[in-house]
Amino acid sequence: MKLRSAVCLASAALTLGAVTFAGALPFRATDKIDPVADAKAFQKFFTDKFPKVKYEDFVNGPYSMNEDLHRQWQEKEQFPPYEFSLEMGKEMFSKPFKNGKSYEDCFPNKGIGIRQNYPYFDEKEGKVITLELALNRCREANGEPPFSYVRDEMAALTAYMAFTSRGKPMDIKIPNDPRALEAYQAGKEYFYTRRGQLNFSCATCHVQSPGERIRAEILAPALGIVNAMPIYRSEWSGMGTTSRRFTTCNSQIRGVPLSPQDDEYRNVEYYLSYVSNGLPISGPGARP
Amino acid sequence: MTETPVTDHPLTRPARLPAFALALAIGAFAGASTAQAQSAAAEGQKLAFDRSKGNCLTCHAIKGGNLPGSIGPELIDIKSKYPNREDLVAIITDETLRNPLTVMPPFGRNRILTPREIDAVVDFLQTL
Ligand code: HEC
Ligand code: HEC
Repeated sequence: MKLRSAVCLASAALTLGAVTFAGALPFRATDKIDPVADAKAFQKFFTDKFPKVKYEDFVNGPYSMNEDLHRQWQEKEQFPPYEFSLEMGKEMFSKPFKNGKSYEDCFPNKGIGIRQNYPYFDEKEGKVITLELALNRCREANGEPPFSYVRDEMAALTAYMAFTSRGKPMDIKIPNDPRALEAYQAGKEYFYTRRGQLNFSCATCHVQSPGERIRAEILAPALGIVNAMPIYRSEWSGMGTTSRRFTTCNSQIRGVPLSPQDDEYRNVEYYLSYVSNGLPISGPGARP
Repeated sequence: MTETPVTDHPLTRPARLPAFALALAIGAFAGASTAQAQSAAAEGQKLAFDRSKGNCLTCHAIKGGNLPGSIGPELIDIKSKYPNREDLVAIITDETLRNPLTVMPPFGRNRILTPREIDAVVDFLQTL
């Protein structure tokens, strides 16, 4: 009895938050899938939990959670470490492929200011298309080999595309197609399912523990967590794509990461982006 | 996959645990005495701080440990809070039984620590 109350006390804050949240995010298959209600509950969960954080600031990951870090970050932004990547991306973007076309020909508005619309659900294919995937498909359609999803070229291209879209609110649509709802729901389930030897879900770290230190790293909140991608990380001494971040998070839990751009990761990105609708694109980001 | 970047994050390294070590460990536990328990506390501290084993510092501040995380409560006055060692064994073995929503990994159930290793960690916790 004593034991039980001690634990309840110790974890009261966490549990309370999670219960409220779980209530808003049912897992039973019979429940109606309701992305609009999900997004509302999701955003409310974070704004209630962190009443002092300015809404648009959630997109700044760990920096939104800690004042000292926030100050360091603003200093860093004077000489952003992702600058070289941005330059490289800009140059790559307009440079013609061997067939004379370029990335500009593959995207609406020549690829400028459109980051906030990715990922989208492709009704012809019945699948989620992320920006990284669309970029490689553009290359392949023009006879170029695809880039690695986790390396510098992909980071540079997405950094440039994010930069031209800075400040635009995330604007993910779920078309009236049962498969789109299914993809959304699958992404949500993946996000909340515990796995790996350490028994963590994405939500364990980014919903239950944002703002807490895991060793020396401060965990980013799940709200707006993809708006800053790609990111420069001092710990990586380089840039990381969304694919790189997802696979790294999965290895951290001693789980086997999926391949980059696996259907499940695409669905997770679709879910996370949808529930962050309205928050501004802030990429490329810089992290400790 | 070679594409997967590897960082030296505290939680990255896999734990290896051959079945025969488990069998051995259970045997050793059966014969434990007080003297052994004392050296077990030192071994328990090592396990608790080791990044590929207990890695408790990822979430808990513990006397003597550097760069602790803040996800769990500081581990302090444990002996008075949990005089019954079985309670500590239970927490480390599978905290989800008491609190299904806990973020603390089930060290025993998922074979991150052997029963003997858990016992050593408990000996260490009782010195706090
Ligand atoms: C063991 C804890 C843990 C788990 C589980 C985890 N992450 Fe992370 N994640 C981190 C840490 C640590 C960082 C780096 C610090 C930060 O930015 O939050 C991070 C960063 C991120 C970032 C970049 C955020 C930013 O602004 O820098 C994204 C995106 C992300 N994680 C997504 C995920 C997804 C998706 C999953 C599940 C597949 C997941 N994480 C599971 C620990 C975790
Ligand atoms: C990923 C985070 C995490 C890790 C790693 C972790 N714990 Fe915990 N631990 C917690 C949390 C959170 C609680 C609060 C109780 C709950 O959530 O049920 C807790 C509670 C405890 C308690 C009860 C404390 C009290 O004051 O009531 C003990 C004892 C404990 N942990 C020991 C350990 C030991 C020993 C290890 C390493 C072998 C460890 N923990 C690893 C997160 C963690």
